[in-house]
Amino acid sequence: MIQVNHLTKKYGAFLAVDDISFHIEKGHVYGFLGPNGAGKSTTMNIITGCLAATEGEVIINGFDIYEDPVEAKECIGYLPEMPPLYTDMTPQEYLLFVGEAKGIDPARLAAHIEDIMNKTHLTNVRDRLIKNLSKGYKQRVGIAQAILGDPEIIILDEPTVGLDPLQIIEIRDLIKELGKDHTVFLSSHILSEISAVCDTILIISHGKIVAADTIENLTASTDGCRIITLDVRGDVAAVTGALADLHETVNTTVTYGLGGCVHVTIETPANKDMREDVFRLFASRDIPILDMSTNDVSLEDVFLRLTEGSVSLPAEEDAVVDITDSMDAPAEETEEPPAEESPYYEPPKKKKSKKQADEDDYTPLFGGKE
Amino acid sequence: MFAIYKRELKSYYTGMIAPIFSAVLLVLVGVFTTVTNLMGGYPNFEYALSSTLIIYLIIMPILSMRSFSEDRHSRTDQLLFSLPMKLSSVVMAKYFAMVSVLGINCGILCLYPLILSLYGTVNYLVTYGAILAFFLLGCALIAIGMFLSSLTESQVIAAVLSLAVFILIYMMGSLITLIPMTSAASLIGCYAIALLAAVVLYYMTKNPVAALSLAVAVVFILTAVYLVRSSLFEGLIQNILSATALFDRFTNFTNGVLDITSLVYYASVSALFVFFTVQSMEKKRWA
Repeated sequence: MIQVNHLTKKYGAFLAVDDISFHIEKGHVYGFLGPNGAGKSTTMNIITGCLAATEGEVIINGFDIYEDPVEAKECIGYLPEMPPLYTDMTPQEYLLFVGEAKGIDPARLAAHIEDIMNKTHLTNVRDRLIKNLSKGYKQRVGIAQAILGDPEIIILDEPTVGLDPLQIIEIRDLIKELGKDHTVFLSSHILSEISAVCDTILIISHGKIVAADTIENLTASTDGCRIITLDVRGDVAAVTGALADLHETVNTTVTYGLGGCVHVTIETPANKDMREDVFRLFASRDIPILDMSTNDVSLEDVFLRLTEGSVSLPAEEDAVVDITDSMDAPAEETEEPPAEESPYYEPPKKKKSKKQADEDDYTPLFGGKE
Repeated sequence: MFAIYKRELKSYYTGMIAPIFSAVLLVLVGVFTTVTNLMGGYPNFEYALSSTLIIYLIIMPILSMRSFSEDRHSRTDQLLFSLPMKLSSVVMAKYFAMVSVLGINCGILCLYPLILSLYGTVNYLVTYGAILAFFLLGCALIAIGMFLSSLTESQVIAAVLSLAVFILIYMMGSLITLIPMTSAASLIGCYAIALLAAVVLYYMTKNPVAALSLAVAVVFILTAVYLVRSSLFEGLIQNILSATALFDRFTNFTNGVLDITSLVYYASVSALFVFFTVQSMEKKRWA
């Protein structure tokens, strides 16, 4: 359906998309996941012909987006990051315009628009000017525009941004339904959203695809791995020194916690319970453990590690021990941890209520250097 | 293409631009017709049109400023880019929408000679020829304004740029007389144009070698020709620059000449700048 070969995009000297290749099969919902600025929108703009690539090719249903743009674009419905709305029109007029511009048969256009308005719940605002609509409704008009004409491929760039939780659920349901007879490619920086609707995930980081697999496989790669979270009393140097004696760990981080504590996370290899080892280690060093908990490595942890660095501290902190070797991520992806917050870290509310408490601990840690 | 045309035309009329455009243009033509034709007693409608031309400097930038900059500003250009149609169709649709706004007004102007014919003898061929020239000159200015609008995402900048360019074009006839007629002056002028072309080429392609070799080659050829036959350069720069004086060509029509060359010229300028606009939009994707 979509074949992307060695796509590269440079903005001046800045490399936004770095030689990525992937292909998208018919009839699946694909999630395109990555932190802000990873190159998601750029890639999508290139696939839809809104932007030209510096190198590489995009083939849609056998049509090259540059050689046969008209045929290729006929297969695509696209919702860009900012919905491209003419705000001086009503949703009804706007959809009529887009329908005509897409060359939909005028005889069935009215009924088709009616159908899409029902799907996207726009019927009660159909005659209001788009500029007077709320962000959520604007977003829905944008989605309606993308699915107008039943294109085979629907590309949605962050479709649920600005929607309230109820609307998000509605849109997710809509996307799932679309996924039954369309190919949907949707981007997001929110993992829970992707895992709720997509069957296959592409993870992009710093312009490179770092993982492309089904959710099951990605989760399976971490099967049995666990994360031990500790609060200990002591100074960072001592704790780091102690942890150096702890072998077989996958990934360890040490940060300043609340109330003069040191916060430690230890990722253990599959099917190995290291809690006792950890206890004995700290006991031998006379470092009191105030709190210890464990949980399974989740998809979030996979994502955070693939999009690198977010579970560790900024590089200048000597205290950080970051050993990333078990994942199949390319080595160059594990350098320079970003100092910014992790907005994609939205907890999966339904699945793991147990994780919730830990995440409350996690969140300040990403942003805080001290 | 027709969908975009329809939407554009409608948006001009649901907004303020087209009504203001018509109001200003028609009121001014009305005033000049009253003064020249009705009170002055001349049956020549082209005199009134000729006096009205100066208002093009103001109303044309207003008409053309939003054509592409608004789309870029509101990101609706991404919709246009992703539609299954050629970019040239999008540009043409937008261009013809603006031309239609002008055309509707020119249609109204076509009634004026009929009114004047009640009071005297009107030479219809000359008068309608002048209205056609008035319309085509407007089309050329719209094309230039549209091109300038495609360069920026701010409507204000697009309007100011267009205004500046139109004023320059308007005054070009007088400015030319300031330049000395000697061949040396023309040679320097040609150097300047070659340099400008090289800078534009560099800006478009970011290829210093190509730009520099163009500049060197042109300078070399110019110098060689100058050394062999300097008489060729006499008044050359005036001729080149007078090609850009769109407004001056209207004098022919005022004088009662149905100047086909000028009509073709106006149409060519329009086509050229529509083409430039397509290229400018195309370049935006490659940026």
